[in-house]
Amino acid sequence: MDFQDPAFLSRILTLLTLSFHILYATIGVGVPLMIMIAQWVGIKKKDDHYILLARRWARGFVITVAVGVVTGTAIGLQLSLLWPNFMQLAGNVIALPLFMEVFAFFFEAIFLGIYLYTWDRFEDQRKHFLLLIPVALGAAASSVFITIVNAFMNQPQGFEVLNGEMVNVSPLLAMFSPAVPTKVAHVMATAFMTSAFLLASIAAFRMLRGSTHIYHKKALFLTMKLGLVFAIATALIGDFSGKYLAEYQPEKLAAAEWHFETGEEAELILFGVLDGEEAKYAIKIPYALSILAHSNPFTEVIGLNEFPEDEIPPLWIHYLFDTMVMIGMWLALFSFVYVVAAWRGWTFIQAKWFRWLTVAGGPLALIAIEAGWWFTEVGRQPWILRGHMKVSEGATTSGQVDLMIILFAGLYIILGIGTVVVLSRMYRRNPVEKELAARENAKGGEEQ
Amino acid sequence: MTLEIIGISVLWLFLFLYVIVASIDFGAGFFNAYSSFIGKQHILTGIIQRYLSPVWEVTNVFFVFFFVGIIGFFPQTAFYYGTTLLVPASLALILLAIRGSYYAFATYGAKINHRGYIYMYGLSGLLLPAALSPVLAMSEGGFIKMDNGQPYLDYWTLFTSPLMWSIVVLSLTAVLYISAVFLTWYSSKAGDLKANELMRKYALIWAGPAIITATGIIYELRGHNPEHFARILDLWWVFAVSFLLFAGTVYLIWKKRHYGWAFILLMGQFFTAFFAYGASHYPYLLYPYLTIYDSFTNEAMAIALIIAFIAGLCLLLPSLYLLFRLFLFDKDYVEGKSDYHA
Repeated sequence: MDFQDPAFLSRILTLLTLSFHILYATIGVGVPLMIMIAQWVGIKKKDDHYILLARRWARGFVITVAVGVVTGTAIGLQLSLLWPNFMQLAGNVIALPLFMEVFAFFFEAIFLGIYLYTWDRFEDQRKHFLLLIPVALGAAASSVFITIVNAFMNQPQGFEVLNGEMVNVSPLLAMFSPAVPTKVAHVMATAFMTSAFLLASIAAFRMLRGSTHIYHKKALFLTMKLGLVFAIATALIGDFSGKYLAEYQPEKLAAAEWHFETGEEAELILFGVLDGEEAKYAIKIPYALSILAHSNPFTEVIGLNEFPEDEIPPLWIHYLFDTMVMIGMWLALFSFVYVVAAWRGWTFIQAKWFRWLTVAGGPLALIAIEAGWWFTEVGRQPWILRGHMKVSEGATTSGQVDLMIILFAGLYIILGIGTVVVLSRMYRRNPVEKELAARENAKGGEEQ
Repeated sequence: MTLEIIGISVLWLFLFLYVIVASIDFGAGFFNAYSSFIGKQHILTGIIQRYLSPVWEVTNVFFVFFFVGIIGFFPQTAFYYGTTLLVPASLALILLAIRGSYYAFATYGAKINHRGYIYMYGLSGLLLPAALSPVLAMSEGGFIKMDNGQPYLDYWTLFTSPLMWSIVVLSLTAVLYISAVFLTWYSSKAGDLKANELMRKYALIWAGPAIITATGIIYELRGHNPEHFARILDLWWVFAVSFLLFAGTVYLIWKKRHYGWAFILLMGQFFTAFFAYGASHYPYLLYPYLTIYDSFTNEAMAIALIIAFIAGLCLLLPSLYLLFRLFLFDKDYVEGKSDYHA
């Protein structure tokens, strides 16, 4: 670790910005769908609780979006500020989805402004609901386009290299690299899953704090069901991601699994400590890695021995991979238990300890998001554009990156604390019971 | 018309739109803080919350559009400007964060209206143009230098350059002037006489400094970049049109008539000046290293970007129309008679 090296410092600052931004981006992609579903259920069932649920979520959502806009602008500009050589090279091939992302976001921002400021402006709730569709679509499209850029960095295609320049460029081919399907699906499904569990956390927390209103029960049941659906989807897509890695980026899978020698009937290693090339104290599941890689317990999985020493990602990504997978499995199992118990009328899910586990679900999902992105980014090392440009070649030569790290770290701390303080204050000042009562009064007044 | 020209025209147009909408946003925040400072608070707060809060994210996207677009059409700009702008652009990002968080925390959220926050928000509106506008000075050459094939920014030359400072001062006066004219119109539509009177006064106060500083830059360029200066003189008649439009705006505001037209004339004034300046800068993106021709992307990408742009525009224009209809041209909303915030 060289604290004088602009490339190393640029990595730190990018890590900082992305790690912070991804929290808001995930909420930004996932929550609009949750709001949509709640509002839709409310309209269908003519149940005011769900409408209010959508409205209250929207109020909090807009604050996270605003912070996400700020951090998103930061990472967008930092790409060029910190990685000018990379952007100069890659800009020739992958600028198209970046450009389209701006439009998608434009679209989302416009309709979010409209949606937010037009509650009750229309007689017909359904008209207002329609405004949410472009918000959700724009948010989803933004994440698709950005993930496409990331997929390109992992598995670049759509160009030829001639004398260090990219020629015969096909922007569309570059956009649809083999990494795209699994990556995009994984990002979307986990965003929905995380958002659902976050909202479930809030509902469970309110109930632990003594709120007994049916509103919270409806919120919790809805979000846990959605969480289960997307957790299962995530697990399925995760399996496909393993197959993609085995085919196109075997060094990443091998590093994540401490799979040193190419071999058949490969075992999956969970946790453990590395001693030389031996994993100690680990849980080893026979054949599981072969199954993950090729759906067949006897197939061969490529090991790290096939790659030059300086093109192998750091082996500690193993723990990131394990963290991500464990949390994902836990949340799928947990929400499954909840949903089954709720249907069967088992009461242990109302116990305090179970509520606390529900509260933990949201933060755990966010940790899994962080672990997943760290895994995929560190797992691409030493490449910034796999096979074509190393991270050290892409970075700036500016000597002031260290100062910028301090500046942005301070900014993110303030924004992070601000988000939590403002959100909790906003909901505490206007609890749902109070708002429901006010709505009842207003309705009564109209009828008289 | 070559692809290069189409590309730079599109980008320049969006930069122009950003200058206008961002100036309104920046200036409004400053006026708000200033009136709070001298004890006339809350004259502008309502107007700012009604107009700016729904549209600030859209304003921000114009900026993102510009820098993503320029890397797309002219990837080599990343090499020259990316490396050298690290510090000024990072400062601008921090300032944008202050503004974004003000909207998030103070107007959407718990309505924290702490005075310190209002001042920070107002001040950021002045510091932002000051942080962003030196890029225009840098593009004139002489500030970005090469060392071992790597570009670096010569801060000493930049900070002692009268050209840089006159561009900064112009950006400040222009922000205040544009914003004051717009808010004069908006407040008159809102029927808010007090705010209207105040904003009209500000518009008249800042008109003079805005035009004087703009002329000052042309003078400074004569010494700094004679080639660019000569090209500006070739386009003198466009600048003359721009001045006439300026005079029209001031006249209407002075006479308290047709504020809507006054603002349209102002847009015309800045549009003509901005494009005449851009055209005279042609073909350089950065004197003397970078022109739009040698930094251009490949043809396939350029065509793809232009197609994406047209498709995007087809999506955006109706949406923008809807946004403006609801928040700018809707009488009840503008007058503050209805509040439908979630």
